[in-house]
Amino acid sequence: MAERYDVLVCGAGPAGLAAAHAAASHGARVGLIDAQSRPGGQIWRHDLRFGAGRAARRAIAAATRGAQWLGGAQIVAAEPGELLVERAEGAAHLGYERLVIATGARELLLPFPGWTLPGVTGAGALQALVKQGWPIAGRRVVVAGTGPLLLAVAAGLRNHGARLLVILEQAPAPRVRRFAWGLAKTPRTAAQALRLRLELAGIPYRYGEFVEAAHGDGRLQSVSIRTPRGLAHLECEQLAVGYGLVPNVELAELLGCRLDRSGPHAAVATDARLRTSLPGVYAAGEARGVGGAAAARIEGRIAGLGACGQEAAAARLAGAQRGARRFAARVAGCFSLDRRLYALATPETIVCRCEDVPLGGLAGFDDGRAAKLATRCGMGACQGRICGDILAALGRYAQPAAAAPLFPVQLSTLSDP
Amino acid sequence: MNAGADVLLEVDGIPISVPDGANVAAAVARATQTFRRAVGGGLRGPLCGIGVCFECRVRIDARAHQRACMVLARPGMRVQTRG
Repeated sequence: MAERYDVLVCGAGPAGLAAAHAAASHGARVGLIDAQSRPGGQIWRHDLRFGAGRAARRAIAAATRGAQWLGGAQIVAAEPGELLVERAEGAAHLGYERLVIATGARELLLPFPGWTLPGVTGAGALQALVKQGWPIAGRRVVVAGTGPLLLAVAAGLRNHGARLLVILEQAPAPRVRRFAWGLAKTPRTAAQALRLRLELAGIPYRYGEFVEAAHGDGRLQSVSIRTPRGLAHLECEQLAVGYGLVPNVELAELLGCRLDRSGPHAAVATDARLRTSLPGVYAAGEARGVGGAAAARIEGRIAGLGACGQEAAAARLAGAQRGARRFAARVAGCFSLDRRLYALATPETIVCRCEDVPLGGLAGFDDGRAAKLATRCGMGACQGRICGDILAALGRYAQPAAAAPLFPVQLSTLSDP
Repeated sequence: MNAGADVLLEVDGIPISVPDGANVAAAVARATQTFRRAVGGGLRGPLCGIGVCFECRVRIDARAHQRACMVLARPGMRVQTRG
């Protein structure tokens, strides 16, 4: 199968949906692809029990009215003007004049003793699983990590009947309080945060505490919690722990777009009009650096407008975009990680879960390629996404650049002419 | 509540029923905690929930290495873990 689009949008979260809608409403032939079977991305993932929120429903309806929706499409390879994707029905070549990279972000998962036990997941991860039917009713859950996401996750789990034991926010109380006061300047966000907090009334929300280790025989049975008063112990069946988000830059990297490597995790570099270093290729939302859904929606619109030649309309959104990014920077500052979290893994703790490489096995390597060749770290099915993010966060070394195929594929996909 | 009828499928030979729209991970979790065995022998289950980590991979209808979190549960599916 081969198709051609004026504008091809990669990723159907807030940024991608906004980009697809903007471009399609100006008459462009638009394709919208995502690896998930339904549009919405992670934050607007469909909940099989509670559906999707109003903002999500509207954005999805608007985008899929004008654009061709291509769900369940995993991007395997990319070159200027064409993507190779794998879908359940086979491989497809998708040609494009303009490309919008709206690939979003994934969770940062830091290693600690016991983190490989079944029952330990990311925070957003458990939310995503539960939205698609993961049995959680009656199960004892600890939510841990950092950021406003923890409250949203906890509220969602509770709605699905989880027995939420505690929410552990690693950031210290004074910093979170300062952040909360700052929210008074953005009433809508404040109202949202307050509502979540109220929904969770009765559930302890602790500051300056984190999970130091998970224990169990073949599955999670308990966690050790580092508190300012010492070590506490809690029995539970699920631990949902997330330490923030990391931009998905593999597609941009594969295409040859310039990346911004000034932080621990790479982001796609763009100019103010969201053009990457590659002609005709735009980037919007979390892929440019984690900035939240509000920024993603505005940036998606800017990129979508730019991609169909509506430069003046795109330029009018610049102020709103900068405002949304400023807010995201405040969030990031408030929830910056406690250095002790980077030191939880012992030499025996597995870092590369695909190849079972422990942290101690990487001692002495300061180069990703050398470590990969010697230890197989990063060589498994996830292609170094999980351990690569960890090693970057720990300040060890950057993973070798992404290469095609971006995901494990059927041989038939690669041999398809 | 659930829009459609429940989906009946098989996980390691055990009949499992999940709500319409559930993914294979939700079905497997009703049968076992263990989705796969790591190269070092450790037991593993889903980690990222969004198709990145590959820790939830299982065999679905004789196709190996399918991410359980990325595949919708369909009637009559045969899922095999490596627990």
